[in-house]
Amino acid sequence: MNSQDPQVVSRRPGFLTRDALEKLFIVLSQLGYQILGPVVRDGAIQFDTLSAADQLPRGVSNDQQPGHYRLEQGENQRQFDWNHGPQGLKPVCFSPREVLWAEQSNPPVFNPVPPNIEPTAVVGVRACDLAALAIQDRHFLSGSDPDPHYRQRRESLLLIGVDCARSAATCFCASTGDGPALDGGYDIGMAELDEGFLIWRESDKGRTVIDQLDLLPASDAQLETMLQSTTQASLAQQRNLPDCDELLLLYKRLEHAHWDNVAERCLSCGNCTAVCPTCFCYEASHEMSLDGETAQMVRQWDSCFSATHSSMGQYQVRPTVKQRYRQWLTHKLAGWQSQQGRIGCTGCGRCIAWCPVGIDLTAETVAVLEEGSLDV
Amino acid sequence: MFDPHVPHVAVIDQRVQESPTIFTLRLQYEDTRVQDAFEFDPGQFNMVTLFGIGEIAISIVNDPLDSHFFDHTIRVVGRVSEGMSKLQPGDHVGIRGPFGRGWPMEQIKGRDILLITGGLGCAPLVSVIRYLMRRRDDYGRISILQGVKHADDLIWKEQYSVWSAEKDVRVLLAADVATQSWQGQQGMVTELIAQLPLRPQRTVALLCGPELMMLAAVANLREKGVQDGDIWFSMERNMQCGIGQCGHCQIGPKTVCQDGPVFCYDELADFFGAKGF
Amino acid sequence: MSRQKPKLAVHKFSSCDGCQLALLNLGEPLLQLPTLVDIVHFAEAGPSDPTAKVDISLVEGSISTPEDVQRIQQVRENSEILVTVGACATAGGVQALANFANRNDWMSAVYTDPDQIETLQTSNAIAEYVKVDWELQGCPINSRQVIGLLRDLLSGVRPREELQPVCMECKRKGLICTLVSLGEPCMGPVTRAGCGALCPAAGRGCYGCYGPAEQVNDASLLQRFSQLGLDRQALARRFHFIVNQAPAFKAAGERLKSGSHDRNA
Repeated sequence: MNSQDPQVVSRRPGFLTRDALEKLFIVLSQLGYQILGPVVRDGAIQFDTLSAADQLPRGVSNDQQPGHYRLEQGENQRQFDWNHGPQGLKPVCFSPREVLWAEQSNPPVFNPVPPNIEPTAVVGVRACDLAALAIQDRHFLSGSDPDPHYRQRRESLLLIGVDCARSAATCFCASTGDGPALDGGYDIGMAELDEGFLIWRESDKGRTVIDQLDLLPASDAQLETMLQSTTQASLAQQRNLPDCDELLLLYKRLEHAHWDNVAERCLSCGNCTAVCPTCFCYEASHEMSLDGETAQMVRQWDSCFSATHSSMGQYQVRPTVKQRYRQWLTHKLAGWQSQQGRIGCTGCGRCIAWCPVGIDLTAETVAVLEEGSLDV
Repeated sequence: MFDPHVPHVAVIDQRVQESPTIFTLRLQYEDTRVQDAFEFDPGQFNMVTLFGIGEIAISIVNDPLDSHFFDHTIRVVGRVSEGMSKLQPGDHVGIRGPFGRGWPMEQIKGRDILLITGGLGCAPLVSVIRYLMRRRDDYGRISILQGVKHADDLIWKEQYSVWSAEKDVRVLLAADVATQSWQGQQGMVTELIAQLPLRPQRTVALLCGPELMMLAAVANLREKGVQDGDIWFSMERNMQCGIGQCGHCQIGPKTVCQDGPVFCYDELADFFGAKGF
Repeated sequence: MSRQKPKLAVHKFSSCDGCQLALLNLGEPLLQLPTLVDIVHFAEAGPSDPTAKVDISLVEGSISTPEDVQRIQQVRENSEILVTVGACATAGGVQALANFANRNDWMSAVYTDPDQIETLQTSNAIAEYVKVDWELQGCPINSRQVIGLLRDLLSGVRPREELQPVCMECKRKGLICTLVSLGEPCMGPVTRAGCGALCPAAGRGCYGCYGPAEQVNDASLLQRFSQLGLDRQALARRFHFIVNQAPAFKAAGERLKSGSHDRNA
């Protein structure tokens, strides 16, 4: 019976009618959170500041294909029927561009410039993006020198996740083990039903909110729908990645002919790295005032596809597009395994949808792993 | 909260022009507490900021026992190092560090040490040489092989003579382009390896310099019977953050700024010399 | 620059003056500028001494007349550092489109008495005639980059070059890709950043006015754009537009015009 299902046991959700979702927003506001949630803007789902539940999209789903993203307006009332937009949580914690410190020339002083942070609740986070956040957490926070900017933003978050009840054509989180059902890393979980939401707390931080929501008991049928939805979303996925051990072989295929094939199509524009929720490369450079008296260190997203990424003075380690694509793919799917104990991909498929020429990471990976000219 | 991105102010105490394009800055932190707390291992580096212009990774060349200052020897290669070359005593820079993993000095105690360097590759190893000379009894025979492109490129000439006068220390120099007054050999530094009475089982090789030179040296050393685990080298990549976060200096699954810059050949064998890594 | 206050000149050749306007639009830094340099020649702003010897010359515009050829030699002789600014000075400008046609035919079509006009057969980048020390691309140039360049020169260091494509700037601004979400062909992936992704921010594709990015893969772009209804000749015209004489764009446009991609395929 459903009540015995391990997922049901661990979640123990209550039911919230669609109209009562407003209550969630009210409680979050009362607790002092600014609310970030999905809105439709410029033809895409984007996270923006919300004040009320009726600002959420309704009946909006998405068609995602290689190099293609379109929103579709349906008849249903669902508010989380889309999968994701071009960005997940990455810009929320790891700012695309920010000042790290300010300096003054006379007398010489270097001053930290801490980010201006408010407690923020993010509504509608997906499993793939929570997994990606955990990867970025390890990258920025677990070493000997945790990043204070990332940390402050990260600690300000209350994360409200939603199960994915459907998959886009570019999704492959089932094969990386990161979705479509929520699996940790959030504070409050939700599963959307036609008539409303199953909702549960995952952390103590989440409990404070849930306790104020006057939830109704969830019916067996509702629990069954919750379980079925993610199972079906998972089965509907059309793409997948080979298992981790096989991906390690990428490092044995450094001279495979297929790298040249990708390089013929790749624009080296860096879009894949910008939309990737785990890519973390950044550059920091000085911007000095014209009078030379003050300057600031500005950090912004960088990409292993840019010329300066591997440049040492006059010499570039990766002058060719082939080398850059190979660096990106081998690092993400093989290198991270020894750095973080898992691959650096959570199956969100954004690099496929937002690649201007529709290069498909899953297809390229399989092609490189197939028999061909082997290295060494 | 400690912010690893923000430098401390250091003042230039002395400036030495080593060659037309190479100079050394002797630095002191302005805050004496920071200076007192500053400890490093040979082979580690600092991120040095030229006010308003940029920040570059530079290895520390003095002995760790020198506690009230630290030295950086810098070659003019880009816009930041060029700008730094104009600094004078009394001027300030920003310093973050030390970063990275240095040479395995404790682990190799008692062994014969073979140092092979090319070009300004000597800078990260000079700290080691000074370290060895001060602790001469802790190590076996020391051989220093130094190669330069042009005989005029050799800096620290007097020091090489001083070092070669020490007991059980051999210094061999090579220049691709020799001059009349050149005391060393003409040719590649790696050709000097054949001339050494090497005891492969006792020898630890420490390499620094252009990657092609190090590749050739590794091949020669392995041929001579030096074990892979006894060959160490210092790598150079685009290092920007120093704390393993910005992603630029990766070689395969390693970050040069944190896992290195000093690596054992064992650790990097799959990628050492692989184009694009 | 040994003297306390370096001398600056702004010279104009064949151009629309837009880059000079970009200088005048610097805002507060414009007020600081005279405290840092002596502006000895900047006709659009007032000071006029075209033959003065200076430390830094900013040169706007392309070379399109015999008189231009003489004058740029003189500017070069008079300048310690010569910086070309904008698409005209760095790559001949939009007026260089006439380089692809017969100049005399055009002149006869436009002017009743073309013999009155003394002009070269082509409009060319400054660097075709004299040594150029630094370049700022863009149509027009961007204030942030001008300030960065002047500051670097005043500090005695080489200016920093930005090579990334517009896409990186676009994504950092959180803009939505017009190509992927609207199916609108965008030159952003092959165009150098610097403008702040101005056109994508207005919901339209980039038209390449900052010139070639470090990588220009026209074959792949053609394949994609033709799926979106933009044919080979139309894409060729996008390369042969504002920065048509920049080598990478010029070559890409020529490959597309001649159909060499089809033959390779």
